[in-house]
Amino acid sequence: MSLFRKPSREPLWRDEFSVFSSDEKYVSRRQFSKFLVLTSLGLFVGNLWILLRSWVSGKPLYPVTAVAHAEEVPVGGVKLFPYPTAQDQCILVRTGADTFVAFSQKCTHLSCAVFYASASDRFECPCHNGAFSVRDGAPLQGPPRRPLPRIMLTRKGDVLYASGIQREG
Amino acid sequence: MKQPVSPGQKKGLTAIDGAMALIVILLLVQIWLVMATLETYLAGHYEVVLPAAIISGIIFLACFGFYLFIERMDAEFRKP
Repeated sequence: MSLFRKPSREPLWRDEFSVFSSDEKYVSRRQFSKFLVLTSLGLFVGNLWILLRSWVSGKPLYPVTAVAHAEEVPVGGVKLFPYPTAQDQCILVRTGADTFVAFSQKCTHLSCAVFYASASDRFECPCHNGAFSVRDGAPLQGPPRRPLPRIMLTRKGDVLYASGIQREG
Repeated sequence: MKQPVSPGQKKGLTAIDGAMALIVILLLVQIWLVMATLETYLAGHYEVVLPAAIISGIIFLACFGFYLFIERMDAEFRKP
């Protein structure tokens, strides 16, 4: 058994091409199954490539960035800030006198910007009427199935720092 | 001209066709697995990548095993 051409006295062209034109399009079961197995090998290599990429890139390191002063956000108030890069908009909500929560502002359905609806105390997405819990970012209604990524907050004195992103689901 | 197929060869052909059908089914599962792995990897969930690679390897080995079976059956039933 070999995946490659077997040693043969025949020249390669005679092995590869049929003498009869009617046989040219004929694919034997062995050839077809060989093609299927090579496709399976290709898919396995694809999986290994994804594995290598995940090992090489690893888990991203997030910067610790000051995002707000506690006093500038009233209870029930909102502040938008970019984290970890200027293109990643996040939303900070003061849910109580000493409690703050922050989430990525991108809806996990199609990346529309969610907003805080204080009347219903939840995040809402205007594009497809999706809604997320303000407590843990879990999807409450609409097409989103994954929760909003949570921004890890640390408070030092009056200053709130973003220190990472927690993805769940 | 087609040569007559003996009952033994017919049985062998059935076995080969069955093995090929199983390879096709495994391949469909593997295609779905790669797609799902890529999607979860791009979503930032790395924990599924290793089990998916292991399962993909097992599926490939199974396909290869079926291929060896087809080769063996083919060689056996080609004997005069």
